[in-house]
Amino acid sequence: MALSEEEVRHVARLARLALTDDEVAALAPQLSAILGYAEQVGQVAADDVEPTTHPFALADVTRPDTSAPSLSREQLLAGAPAVEQHRFAVPRIVAEEG
Amino acid sequence: MVAATGLLGLNATALAARLAAREVSAREVIDVYLDRIAAVDGVVAEGEVWSAKPAGELTPDEPHAYLAVTAAAARAHADDIDARRAAGHTLGPLAGVPLALKDVLTMRGAPTTCGSRMLEGWVPPYDATVTERLRAADVIVLGKTNMDEFAMGSSTENSAFGATRNPWDLDRVPGGSSGGSATAVAGLLAPLAIGTDTGGSIRQPAALTGLVGAKPTYGTMSRYGLVAFASSLDQAGPFARSVEDAARLQSVTWGHDPRDATSVPGEVPDLLAHLTDGVDGMRIGVVRELQGEGYEPGVEAVFAAALDRLSDLGADIVEVSLPHAGYGLPAYYLIAPSEASSNLARFDGVRYGLRVDAATAEEMNAATRAAGFGPEVKRRIMIGTHALSSGYFDAYYLQASKVRSLIAEDFRTAFTGVDALVSPTSPSVAFRLGDKTADPIAMYLNDVATVPASLAGIPALSLPGGLAAAPDQEGSALPVGVQVMAPLKRDDVMYRVAHALEQATGFPALPTGQRAVTIEEDS
Repeated sequence: MALSEEEVRHVARLARLALTDDEVAALAPQLSAILGYAEQVGQVAADDVEPTTHPFALADVTRPDTSAPSLSREQLLAGAPAVEQHRFAVPRIVAEEG
Repeated sequence: MVAATGLLGLNATALAARLAAREVSAREVIDVYLDRIAAVDGVVAEGEVWSAKPAGELTPDEPHAYLAVTAAAARAHADDIDARRAAGHTLGPLAGVPLALKDVLTMRGAPTTCGSRMLEGWVPPYDATVTERLRAADVIVLGKTNMDEFAMGSSTENSAFGATRNPWDLDRVPGGSSGGSATAVAGLLAPLAIGTDTGGSIRQPAALTGLVGAKPTYGTMSRYGLVAFASSLDQAGPFARSVEDAARLQSVTWGHDPRDATSVPGEVPDLLAHLTDGVDGMRIGVVRELQGEGYEPGVEAVFAAALDRLSDLGADIVEVSLPHAGYGLPAYYLIAPSEASSNLARFDGVRYGLRVDAATAEEMNAATRAAGFGPEVKRRIMIGTHALSSGYFDAYYLQASKVRSLIAEDFRTAFTGVDALVSPTSPSVAFRLGDKTADPIAMYLNDVATVPASLAGIPALSLPGGLAAAPDQEGSALPVGVQVMAPLKRDDVMYRVAHALEQATGFPALPTGQRAVTIEEDS
């Protein structure tokens, strides 16, 4: 299928990618070509085939419920771009009440 | 060009024997490799962790295999090994052998960038299981190798830190995404390397650089600490200059890991016990769908010669069909980007790496991701996000996952009649830098022969089959890889077939050619 620039913008919003107009213009034909190629999978009759997500079909992998040493809070926060009061700091998520 | 006759010319098994006999110390070996890296690779050899030069300052003679070289830690590890050996401790079979680690696996004390601006400067607080097992085996990590950004690519040109060059011809690509690891081993900048393979990212660069490279059975190499691209496909694996070296490296790193929920429980086979048993009486299948149109004549000629050798060794060569193999690449280019779009959602400017500030969290996420990701990563995130979005999931990801089942079934059927399958690894020899960057689909076609085994999860390996001329350069001689595939968890069979073929092939061990990497005599 061909993706329009408007559809590219919609997907970019879903993907949290702030694309430039030039990127949108370049991506529309590229993504259309890639999807057009990939759509060949639709030629295969597979209605009654189970999908595969793991070659060994593992189910319910469990481990003993015991505690073990793990990384400290400081170690985990050390790579973060912004930290406040021992927490990850982010910009405002909820708009302020008018 | 002078052939390396000293330590640099030794493969890992031979080097380990010299180390065990105390004919050379681990420290001497590390210093020889560090000296060579400092001399030729394009690094700034200063401080505890050396960094690669910025892309703009690299010369066309510098292969750029490494992004970071952990010089101080490598020397300290070598001294520690030498001390324990001197004290009479029993050490592992590869103790003291240096290794180059793809920059997608975490290691404490050094940056892990995944070839991306998104993670530039991030130092992980933990070791990947593979890294941990290498240390437990006293394999010494020399540094972290360049790669296509987040392992997306087939040429290593998608690295945010500049392309890696092929040691056989520095004007050509080493393949990808593990091109840095391949170039490190082929360019005598490490005797061993670890790469990762999602759709061919170990096998294709191994083929293009004249190395052995293996993708083990899915689920047998822990993904803990491997920064995820496509979780249902990603596997780490070895690069080496011989089949035995690769088998030894896989032996010390694979096996069940409770920290990876996709890790396969149970024992793994012994890869060395029957390594040299040969192929006499084995049935080996040639995959009809993985040859012909799209494969360079030079690649086909080398592959035909490999079949003759297997036949001369007593193997029964039969043609086998994998009817759905032709749908492997389109299925892969839906499944892998879909999983990537989900996995890479974690790069949101909050927990690690880059942040571009903005007024709201959502704007910060979008601005950070726009600045941190390169064009190919953005393309794949877009494809994946679209394929998983409302109204498209059934036609794309679900249908591709069903085709995946059919391909796995094709392999199961084939393996009822043969012990192993063979094909060319890559449809072409190494191409020139820049040749395929403008056309994403032309680049994706590099993976046409490697993707089916990835989708089925089966073990697959590339070994050098010979040399062939590039279509665009008369008289050139570039490596061609032969792929060996075996049933799930029969990595031992894969190595046995590869070993027999390797012994019969007599591939030139070191890069040759006018633009080959500089190799000087060492002691």
